[in-house]
Amino acid sequence: MRVYLDNNATTIVDPKVYEMMEPFFIQMYGNPNSLHRFGSESHPALRCAMDQLYKGINARNEDDIVVTSCATESINWVIKGVYFDHIVNGEKDHIIISEVEHPAVSATCKFLESLGVKVTYLPVNEKGVIELESLKNAITPTTALVSIMWANNETGMIFPIEEIGKICRENGVLFHSDAVQAIGKVSVDVQKAGVDFMSFSAHKFHGPKGVGGLFIKDGQKLTSLLHGGEHMGGRRSGTLNTAGIVGMGMAMELAVANLDFEKNNVKRLRDKLEDAILQIEDTFVIGTKEERTPNTILVSVKGIEGEAMLWDLNKNGIAASTGSACASEALESNPVMEAIGAEADLAHTALRLSLSRFTTQEEIDYTIEILKAAVTRLRGISSTYSYAPTWHKSGL
Amino acid sequence: MAKHDLIGGSIWEEYSQKVQDLMNNPTHMGQITDEEAKEKGYKLVVADFGAESCGDAVRLYWLVDEKTDMIKEAKFKSFGCGTAIASSDTMAELCIGKTVDQAVKITNIDVEKAMRDEPDIPAVPPQKMHCSVMAYDVIKAAAASYKGVDAASFEDEIIVCECARVSLGTIKEVIKINDLKTIEEITNYTKAGAFCKSCIKEGGHEEREYYLVDILKDTRAEMEHDKLVALADAKIAGTQSDVPFDQQTMVQKLKAIEAIIDENIRPMLIMDGGNLEIIDMKDSTETLDLYIRYMGACSGCASSSTGTLFAIEAVLKEQCSPKIRVLPI
Repeated sequence: MRVYLDNNATTIVDPKVYEMMEPFFIQMYGNPNSLHRFGSESHPALRCAMDQLYKGINARNEDDIVVTSCATESINWVIKGVYFDHIVNGEKDHIIISEVEHPAVSATCKFLESLGVKVTYLPVNEKGVIELESLKNAITPTTALVSIMWANNETGMIFPIEEIGKICRENGVLFHSDAVQAIGKVSVDVQKAGVDFMSFSAHKFHGPKGVGGLFIKDGQKLTSLLHGGEHMGGRRSGTLNTAGIVGMGMAMELAVANLDFEKNNVKRLRDKLEDAILQIEDTFVIGTKEERTPNTILVSVKGIEGEAMLWDLNKNGIAASTGSACASEALESNPVMEAIGAEADLAHTALRLSLSRFTTQEEIDYTIEILKAAVTRLRGISSTYSYAPTWHKSGL
Repeated sequence: MAKHDLIGGSIWEEYSQKVQDLMNNPTHMGQITDEEAKEKGYKLVVADFGAESCGDAVRLYWLVDEKTDMIKEAKFKSFGCGTAIASSDTMAELCIGKTVDQAVKITNIDVEKAMRDEPDIPAVPPQKMHCSVMAYDVIKAAAASYKGVDAASFEDEIIVCECARVSLGTIKEVIKINDLKTIEEITNYTKAGAFCKSCIKEGGHEEREYYLVDILKDTRAEMEHDKLVALADAKIAGTQSDVPFDQQTMVQKLKAIEAIIDENIRPMLIMDGGNLEIIDMKDSTETLDLYIRYMGACSGCASSSTGTLFAIEAVLKEQCSPKIRVLPI
């Protein structure tokens, strides 16, 4: 049996999405900006897709949702655009993000730091969420932008976006939210949240890879990163990815339509898996079930290194993920794990299981069975589960 | 960066079949009890290395025949990723049948080589080489416990890169001999820093005592110092510097000119009851102007602005640089 429990990394394209996209490869392949029929015949589908996107996040018609190549592009655009529009001219000099932002945010800010921008990295509590007080205290008269994720990719913890939006508005600071892990999992309403910018990516909600979006509130200036044509109202040049846009629109509509299913059915399966894991001795999960996106579990299984656990699961056809340093290309420990801090073991024993609306009861039952067997085998090998080593490397 | 690096891969694809088999079914996994040791008449040695909070921890058990120091049995337990388990297992395998002194000679490189499918293809990707280091460290810990000595006594040199086992001495020597200026060059010459990268600079996977960035900086400073000393020594010995005059620093140029004046010009002037001093030197791309002041008998001498001056200039032009102009003030 093959079980895919790595849906926070990417998702299967919904067959309905795939079906919508298909005609735009070999039938209606014209450039939508061309005058001829080959181009214009794709317009109804593109307009429909834009409607689906606007409706999905409750954007007003006067706002912009610019289609990009991925959320990483959207995020880079917001942060670098704010730099060009408000920092280079000396008006502002400061950006605030959380310590647990995705590298698309944190690495871009690190880059701006090298150009002289001041960046505040807000600490998180033991659940991996920022405290509103620390945000209030960090804002200064020269703060240009606050960028806080809607939900965390590792823990699934949902951030208090409406409150953050309110604080930003009161202080006259621009607010961007990386909503990559939120769309299709929780209700995302740009008006309620009061965001100025918001990024998302189709492949995280059963759309295709290579297409994302950036919501830009009406009236917000944002210098373009991609120059070279009049596409997307002149905000982002590059021939429109017709199939991608159509796919993302459909995926958005389905994601929003399935929110109740997510909240009930996906959550029920996730909770079942979580309860079964927590019955195993010496395991703990970050955050309560209600505080997280309904599909995510980040569990620490004491005595078992994360990559070893992935290996045993993979051997049995189950795909999951770990924030463990050993599983990363550069052996760097996961900043989210580091930021949560309290439990040092988590940095090496974390296992992330993320479900989707395509996950079945049978798959979860199978996973529980395999996971228990893996825990027994690997704890049998483990030197730290039954013993506390008396001697270890100093300074580590 | 090149074609090969643009599409990342799964590190699992780079594990040898042997590594994968050992991850799935380690042969020497387990523990040995005191009772077992007593029953067999051997000495039980138990050693730990690492900790869960470091991401790797291993416990090694040996049964040693005290009459011959021979390791009769070896078992391990390991907290770590699959390659750490496979490395620990291979390490235990390599210990069996060796004396304690022989076992201490087993390095992480031996462990990695033993896990290869093909002699020339590494068993694990570079960043996983680090897992085998723990296997080496725990052997030392076990041997130290058996012999009642400190584990550090088995190490006769300072190892900077544990993955590739490169010593501080080797790295400094290679920098000096090959005039290396970058970390990449050090890695290319010695393989230090090619694996887990902890030894390159602070903040990597593991805290280290020595980092390549510091070693490079210090060694370059040492080389610079040695060069100056050599230059000074050469001056004292009266020989000329290897560096062409035009590429020397201002101080070096001034010293070279002083040396030539001392040797070839001043004795003549002194014979006539005179002398000269250098007041200033101005260097540009076209000319090097040397301002001098005559002293004693020279200061009133008619030849000092003609014949003597031309002679001084000619000597300096010939021995130092044709762009020199001597200007009496």
